[in-house]
Order: sequence, then C-alpha cells, then structure tokens
Amino acid sequence: MKILVAIKPVPNPDEKVKIKGDGSGIVLDNIKMVVNPFCEIAVEEALRIREKQTGEVVIMTIGPKASEQQIRTGLAMGADRAVLVEAGTDLDSLAVGKVLAKVVEGEKPDLVLMGKQSVDDDNNQVGQILAAVLGWPQATFASKIEFAADNRKANVTREVDGGLETIEVTLPAVVTTDLRLNEPRYASLPGIMKAKKKEVKVIPLASLGVDTAPRVRVLSYAPPKQRAGGGRVADVPELVAKLKNEAKVL
Amino acid sequence: MADILVVVEQQEGVFKKNTLSAVTAAKVLAGLAGGEVDALVVGNGAGAAADAVAGTGVRKVLLCEGASFAKYLAVTYARAVAQIVKDRGYGAVFAPASTFGKDFMPRLSGLLDAPLASDIVGLEREGGDLRVKRPMYAGNAVGTVALVGSPMLFTVRQTAFDPAPAGGAKAPVEKVAVTVDAGGTTYVSLQETKSERPELTEARVIVSAGRGIKAQENFKMVEDLADTLSAAIGASRAAVDAGWAPNDWQVGQTGKIVAPELYIALGISGAIQHLAGMKDSKVIVAINKDEEAPIFQVADYGLVADLFKAVPELIAELKKLKSA
Ligand SMILES: Cc1cc2nc3c(=O)[nH]c(=O)nc-3n(C[C@H](O)[C@H](O)[C@H](O)COP(=O)(O)OP(=O)(O)OC[C@H]3O[C@@H](n4cnc5c(N)ncnc54)[C@H](O)[C@@H]3O)c2cc1C
Ligand SMILES: Nc1ncnc2c1ncn2[C@@H]1O[C@H](COP(=O)(O)O)[C@@H](O)[C@H]1O
Repeated sequence: MKILVAIKPVPNPDEKVKIKGDGSGIVLDNIKMVVNPFCEIAVEEALRIREKQTGEVVIMTIGPKASEQQIRTGLAMGADRAVLVEAGTDLDSLAVGKVLAKVVEGEKPDLVLMGKQSVDDDNNQVGQILAAVLGWPQATFASKIEFAADNRKANVTREVDGGLETIEVTLPAVVTTDLRLNEPRYASLPGIMKAKKKEVKVIPLASLGVDTAPRVRVLSYAPPKQRAGGGRVADVPELVAKLKNEAKVL
Repeated sequence: MADILVVVEQQEGVFKKNTLSAVTAAKVLAGLAGGEVDALVVGNGAGAAADAVAGTGVRKVLLCEGASFAKYLAVTYARAVAQIVKDRGYGAVFAPASTFGKDFMPRLSGLLDAPLASDIVGLEREGGDLRVKRPMYAGNAVGTVALVGSPMLFTVRQTAFDPAPAGGAKAPVEKVAVTVDAGGTTYVSLQETKSERPELTEARVIVSAGRGIKAQENFKMVEDLADTLSAAIGASRAAVDAGWAPNDWQVGQTGKIVAPELYIALGISGAIQHLAGMKDSKVIVAINKDEEAPIFQVADYGLVADLFKAVPELIAELKKLKSA
C-alpha cells in the first residue's frame, strides 16, 4: 500500500508561547520546532501498515525550507521519502488543502494519513478540506484502522463525543489521527543516519498554479483572560466551608 | 447581508443542546451584519429536533430528511448542506464545535471553497468589517481573524455563547428534498458511552481525575464524589490513555471544552493541554499531593493532599452538609 502522510512543523507544544508585544504574532525565536504530535501518530500508523503489508510511506509538507528538519524526523522514524512544497508565507487551511490535493494527484496513494489538528492554530480542518477537494471519503479522529483483505476498504473507529464510532471507507481515502491510534516510536540512531540520504523533493509553491490567496487571515493575537488562581485551603473542612459560603457553588 | 443558517446537531432525532449556543452566535452575527437566522436539520425521523429548534427564535426551520441521512456521515451531510446553502444563497453557516461540527464543516469549506473559522469564542465589528475571535495555541493566544469571501463558515465553542432560550413561539418547519450519494462511506456501528450522569458539556459540576487516581477501580471513588454533587465525570488524557476512562471524558485542547460552575481536578498536574479545556470554569478546585503542580496556578481552592485520603473525607463532609 502506498501511503502519503501530511506533516506540519509546530512550536514545541510543551512550551508556553509568548505573544509579541504589538500582538502581530507569536515569539518563535527560542522555541524548538517539532513535528505536530498528531502528525507523528500519522507517520507511526503509516509505518505499521507498511510493516504489515509492504508498500511505501511518503511524507508531504507545505512550508518554508526549514521544515526539512521536521521532515527528516519523519524520515528517521522510517518513512521512505518526502515532498516539500516550499512556501514563503503561512497558508490558510483552504490553501493547504488545495496544494496537498495537487501533491496527492501526482503521487496517487491508496491512503492519506494526517493529524486531526495542528496544535498551533488548532484549526482541525485540513484533512476534511483535502478529502472534499479530492472528492474522497474521509474518516476523522481515528483510533483504529483495519483493512479489508483486498485493501479496497477500511474500517475506521473514530473518537466522537458520544463514544467510539466505526465507519467503512472505500480507498483511496483521507484518515485523520486521534491520540489513541498508537504511540509513535522514537527515531533510532541508524534511522537518523539513513534519513540523511533519503530523497526530499522540493517543489516551489508557484509551480503548482494553485490560488492560495488567504481566505482566513489572523490579524492579531492577544493573551487570554488571566485567572486569579493560586488560592489555597488547609484541609477538607475549610474547602467545603469556602465552597459553600464564599464561592456559593454547593 | 445574506441570511444565516445554523446546522442543528441531533442524533436519532434527539436534539443536542450545543446547537443553542450556535443559534446565539448566529444571532450575534445577524445583529452585527443583518440577515435572518434559519435552522437546518438533516436526518431521518428528526421532526422532534426540528420542533425543538423551532422555538429558539429562528425565522424558519428547514427539515431535510431521507433514508441516506439516517446515520450521520460527513460526506452526505456536507453535500446536503452545500446544496441547500448554494440553492438558497445563505451568507453564513454555523454549527457547534463538537465532533459533529468539526467533522463536516471543514468538508463543507472544501466543497464550497468557503472560509471557515473553527471553535469561535466571539464576533465583533470593527468599522465595516467582521472580526472573529478564536483561541489558538491551546488557548494561550486569542486570535482576531478576518474571513474573506462568502459564505462564511463558523464552528462555535459552546462555552463561549449562552444557549438561546428554546421555549418560544414555534417558527414554521419547511421540508427540503435533497438527494446525495454517500461517496464511499458507510456507517458501521457506535459504541456509546452509557451514563446516567449529566453530559460533560452541560454539567453544572464536573469531577475530573488524572493519572494520580492510579487505577481503574479507583474511579469508583470519583463516581461516589460525582454522585454526591450530581456531577459529570471528566478525565485527563493520561487517565484516558491508560484505559481507565472512555475517550469522550477527556477534557482539554484536543478533547472537550468545559466551563461548569465548579470543576474539581483530582490528581491532575495541569498541563497546558488540559488547562485549555477547563480554565474558563467558574470555580476550580484542585487536589494534588504535589504543591508545585501547575494546576494550582489556576485553582481558586487548592488543597495539597493525598487524594485517597482527601476524597473520602470530602464525600463525608458533603453528605453531612446535605443532611444538615
Ligand atoms: C497533542 C497533545 C494533545 C493533548 N491533549 C490533551 C487533552 O486534550 N487533555 C489532557 O488532559 N491532556 C492532553 N495532553 C496531555 C498533557 O500534555 C498531559 O500529559 C496530561 O494532561 C497529563 O495528565 P495528568 O495530569 O493526569 O497526569 P500527570 O501529569 O502525570 O499528573 C498526575 C498528577 O497526579 C498527582 N498525584 C499523584 N498521586 C497523587 C495522589 N495520591 N494524590 C494526589 N495527587 C496525586 C501528581 O502530583 C501529578 O501532579 C495532550 C498532549 C499532547 C502532546
Ligand atoms: N502546512 C502543512 N503541511 C502539511 N500538512 C499540513 C499542513 N498544515 C496542516 N497539515 C495537515 O493537516 C492536519 C490538520 O491540521 P489543521 O487543520 O491545521 O489543524 C495536520 O495534522 C497535518 O497533517
């Protein structure tokens, strides 16, 4: 099976981001960029599928040249090769979806795996947009993927508000990953060495002829409302008394 | 501006209350930009849901029924909504930012080539222009966003907009017929999380447990506490990953966003991703044995204690209070 995995570099989610003084953006100077955690899960799933059935795992990313670093992380985990569509500016979800569709049309995979959400913009959009543009089935928030014997269909279990839903999709399809799908491996040292030699094909965005004019523009960023917080109680009786008499929530 | 459509979330004809917050957000837009608000129910045997939304002050309810809509599927719902939006020229579409709205609305965005703002918490007007507020970076930043083109699509964070009052005069219900193809997707099954408790997103009180609870059987203690408070139960990702709690109990950036009157966090450290889902709660209580745990920074009442000692004591105190 040939699998395309879309990955996005994001600021390390364990660090608290700072907003620039003038609200024009996020301070990224000292923050490490990493592979979006949901995309790591997508890479892992692709590798496990390939390990079971043979095939090829190809990474695709749209971003600046520096994205190559996160692409190499995916290659070090075990992906075979990568396509980087080099774009100078951040694109919005519709633009990313349309550009990824071009890559997919060129590569003709059996399956596209991606994260359900990038943890910087928290959009949760691109997989579904890509599926719509391609006219393919979609299965979002996957916690389990099982293929039919002939690989023409897959049953995908999805994490939904009421529990776990299973749908069947005909391949090719777009599947987006949720947290419980797997636990991604770390890149091994030999993996990191091998990754250096793997092919990363760079395609200039302009050469694809896609209209990427922004449709959703982030004009400014502001900090959220701060909570007072930090209050302490000494023991359970004090807690209950305060909840009753001060907070009046009991 | 053109009229506004709210897509109703319902399951097997049962109306989901998160739709009421989407109705409110749609009315805010109507107040800022003009236009009438209609509701759309897609489903089969969903008349009761249409009836429920008819009393929320919308102009009319469109009811799109058919065997192919009996079970929700992103492909069929997005196609049906796309066709109705195109046929009737709606200028904006709202849906709840639940796993329902998050699934089909981006697909609708792709079908209509229409901009979508996810998980919005505010709508404002600046000069002649619409400005949308939405949390980003696990809630550590609130972005001010502009959408270019029409229709504009929005998924609405339930906790950010009060539910529209639902008992008003009934708007007319108009049937619409749409035929769509399921495009290679088939519903198979739903393994529902069954619970007698209030829904997480609607509960007045939530008791939430994390890795500190240590084992599935200890959730019994959490349930006892929840029972004394008529509370819903939530969990951190660590507790869900461990298999102690079902996936749909996860509170956080990538789980459910909640804002109850009272949120009690037991053995939860307070990672950024967890705080993103609960820091708008009115009152936060944290019980954690580590006095440095970041959860204490957002807690109104922090108790440094072993939860296995504190929780039984808390249950006893609450019972005393009840019987007093
Ligand atoms: C992409 C991504 C998305 C994520 N999304 C979410 C999300 O939506 N929701 C979420 O919750 N997390 C999410 N996380 C995970 C998050 O980063 C944390 O790992 C997680 O919230 C930790 O859960 P915890 O607080 O239960 O566990 P821990 O961080 O291990 O904390 C356990 C706490 O229990 C305390 N404790 C232990 N024993 C006792 C005792 N006997 N009595 C009292 N206290 C005790 C400890 O002091 C500690 O503070 C996400 C992570 C990533 C990378
Ligand atoms: N610039 C990008 N390049 C490649 N994949 C992307 C990009 N942006 C988003 N994606 C994919 O889309 C998923 C969902 O992202 P989002 O809709 O932005 O939350 C991510 O997990 C990635 O798999």
